[in-house]
Amino acid sequence: MMATAQPDFDGTTYAAERAQPGLPSASAKRLAKGLGWFSIGLGLSELLAPRAIARISGVSNTHTGLIRLYGLRELASGIGIFSQKKPTEAVWSRVAGDAMDLASLGVAFTSPNAKRGRVAFATANVLAVTALDLMCAKQLTTGNQGIHAKASCIVNGKPDEVYRFWRNFENLPRFMRHLDSVRDLGDGRSRWTAKGPAGTTVAWEATIIADVPGEVITWRSLENADVDNAGAVRFEKAPGDRGTIVKVNIQYNPPAGAVGATVAKLFGEEPERQLDDDLRRFKQVLEVGEVVVSDATLMGTGYFAQRPAQPPDIEELERVEESESLPSQTGTNYRTAAEGRMM
Amino acid sequence: MKANCWYGKTVTRVENVPDPQILNRRDAIVKISSTAICGSDLHLYNGFIPTMQRGDVLGHEFMGEVVEVGREVTNLRIGDRVVVPFPIACGNCFFCKDEMYSLCENSNPNAWMAEKMFGHAPAGMFGYSHLTGGYAGGQAEYARVPFADVGPIKVPDHLADEQVLFLSDIFPTGYMGAEMCDIKPGDTIAIWGCGPVGQFSIRSAFLLGAERVIAIDEVPERLQMAQQGGAETIDYREQNVYEALMDMTGGRGPDACIDDVGMEAHAPGIVFAYDRVKQAMMLETDRPHALREAIMCCRNGGTISVIGVYGGFIDKFPMGSVMNRSLTIKTGQAHVQRYMPRLLQMIENGDIDPSFVVTHTMRLEDAPKGYEMFKNKEDGCIKVVLKPGMNGRSETVH
Repeated sequence: MMATAQPDFDGTTYAAERAQPGLPSASAKRLAKGLGWFSIGLGLSELLAPRAIARISGVSNTHTGLIRLYGLRELASGIGIFSQKKPTEAVWSRVAGDAMDLASLGVAFTSPNAKRGRVAFATANVLAVTALDLMCAKQLTTGNQGIHAKASCIVNGKPDEVYRFWRNFENLPRFMRHLDSVRDLGDGRSRWTAKGPAGTTVAWEATIIADVPGEVITWRSLENADVDNAGAVRFEKAPGDRGTIVKVNIQYNPPAGAVGATVAKLFGEEPERQLDDDLRRFKQVLEVGEVVVSDATLMGTGYFAQRPAQPPDIEELERVEESESLPSQTGTNYRTAAEGRMM
Repeated sequence: MKANCWYGKTVTRVENVPDPQILNRRDAIVKISSTAICGSDLHLYNGFIPTMQRGDVLGHEFMGEVVEVGREVTNLRIGDRVVVPFPIACGNCFFCKDEMYSLCENSNPNAWMAEKMFGHAPAGMFGYSHLTGGYAGGQAEYARVPFADVGPIKVPDHLADEQVLFLSDIFPTGYMGAEMCDIKPGDTIAIWGCGPVGQFSIRSAFLLGAERVIAIDEVPERLQMAQQGGAETIDYREQNVYEALMDMTGGRGPDACIDDVGMEAHAPGIVFAYDRVKQAMMLETDRPHALREAIMCCRNGGTISVIGVYGGFIDKFPMGSVMNRSLTIKTGQAHVQRYMPRLLQMIENGDIDPSFVVTHTMRLEDAPKGYEMFKNKEDGCIKVVLKPGMNGRSETVH
C-alpha cells in the first residue's frame, strides 16, 4: 500500500514527522534552528570582520571592540540553540541580544559620525529578526507549559492489524477515556470531541500529517482549533513474532482561560499515567474485545477516582452507564437482571 | 447481599452491600457455597498491604453455583458448580498463553499502582487491595467472576466443598511451591511454615517424589498436622533450625527450601525484634526471617522456592550466600489455572483429600471472629471455611 497523500502534505514536514513523529511543535524547533545558523553566521562576521559590519550598519568603526563582543554573544546563542534539545532559553537569549542591538543602534542614531540611512536600515533588519525571535521563543515557551505525554505498550497482532484499528480514529474513544467521540470527515480530516468537567465539551478538527500503513500515523489540530494539539503513533514489529510495539506521543497546548483550564483538568496532574492507562485499555480492546472493569475502577483508574472494591448499586451503575465509561453493554438492564436473580 | 468488608487494621465487618452485576461480556455471577480465610488475608487484615480502601470486600478462595453468565461465556451454564481461581486471567495475553496466569496483562485495571510498587504489575486478584485491580472478593453471598470462560473449573457433585474449595488457592499454591523445587528422586525438601499452604507443600513434595520432607514451625497442632502428612518436624522455639537441619542432612543441607511463610515471619529473639521494629518504622515492609534462614540452610547449588507472599522491601538479604553457592531462587503468585485440572484429577483419584486442613467451619456472619481466631491461632485454628447461608452454630473440627 502507498502512503496516503494528505491535503497539506509537504515533503519536509513529512520526512521530519516520520523520523521523529510530532512534538513539541516541530515548526518552532525548525525556526529555532534557522535562527541558530543566523546567530552563528552573524557572530562569526562580527568577530572576524567588525569593520565591514560597522560599515554596513552605518555606525562608527571606532566601536569594533563592542561589535566583537556582540559577535561572541551571537555565537553563544547559536551554540546554545544547537546544544539544547529544546532551545527555549537560547532563543530567549537572542531576544535579549536583539534588545541590546536595538539600544546600541539607538545610541548610534544620535551620534554625529553615524550614517543615518544605514542605521535606519540596520534597525529595520534587527526589528524583523527580533519579531522572529520573539515568535519562536513564545512558541517554544508555550510548548513547555503544554501537556506532553508519551507511552508505549506491546499488543498481540501484526503491525498492519494494530495500525488499522488505530487508523480508524472513531475507535479511539473506546479506550481514550477523555475523548467523547471522533468523527471521520474524509480526506484525512476528523472532528474530535473531548469530555470536560460538569458536562462541558471541547471540540476541534484535526488533519493527518503522515500516514504510513503498518508504521506511523501523525495528526495535528487545524489552525482554528479550541485546543492546539498533535499526536503521533508508531507501530513496530516486536522481536520473535511477539506482536506489535505501539509508541504514542501526544501534545496539547491549552490556550489561556476557561477552555485551557478544562483541557488541563481533563489530564489532571499525571497526563503520562493517563496515556499509559489509555494504552492499557487499547490492549484490552484488541486482546479481549472490550475494556476490563473492576468494582474499584468504575469511575476511572486514577487515585481519587477509586471507589471501594464492592459491587455498585443500580443507581450508580446506571450513572456509569450514562457516562459511557463502561464497555458497551447494549441491552443490559441492571434493574431487571438484579430482580430476576432475587426471585 | 452480605459481604465481609475491610474497615481498617484488624477491623472487618459483615455488611449489606449491593449484589454484583455482569459488567463485562465474559463475566459470570457465582452464588457462593463455601469461602475461606487465607493466610495472605491476614496481611491485609494486619494492614501490611497498601492501597486498601474502607468497604473493600475481602476473600479470594471461593466456590459455588453459577447463577448468571455474560454473553461470551460459552463453557459454563447456570447451575454449574465451580471453584474460582484467585488470579483473574484473560487467557489471551502473552503471559496467559504461556500459562503464567497470575501475570495476566489485561486483568488489572489499576496496574499503574502496582507498577509504582513493583516496577511491573501482576494480574488482577479477587479481594486483594486496589493494586491488584480492586475487585470485590468472595467472602460474600455472591461474586462477579471476570473471564469466567478461563478461570472457574467445574467440579463433580460427589466431591464435597471442603475437598475441592482449596483448588482456588492454597492447594495449587502449596503445589507450585513444591514444583518450583524441581524435585528429583531422593531429594530432601525443607519447608518453612506449617500453615495451610505449608501443609499442601508438604504433601505435594511427596506427590512429586521427595524422599524426605522437613517442616519448620512453632505451633504444636500445625507441627502435628505436618507429621500426619509424613514430614519430620523442627520446632524453632526448641531447636536452632540451621543446626537441626545440618544434623539431619549430614551437614550438606536440604536440596531445596520452600518459604511458605512470607512477609510476617516470626522468629525467636533479637532478629525478630530487629525486623519488627524496622517494619513498624516503615524502614522495611516485610519481615524476611524465614527467607534468610532458608537461604543459609539450603545445600550448595540448591533451590529456594518463595511462595509465601511478600509485599515490598526487605533488609539484610544474604545475597553473598545465594551467589557464591550457586543457589536458584524461584518465586511467584500461583498460576492457579495451570494446576487446577491436574490437581482436581488427583483429588478424584484419591491421591489427596484436601479437607484434612479444615479446623473451623463458620457462618459468613462470623467472619470477623474467624479472622481473629486465625490470626491468634486460637482454639487450634488452622483453616477457617465460611458458609454463606449456613444455619445454626459455627463448628470446630479437630
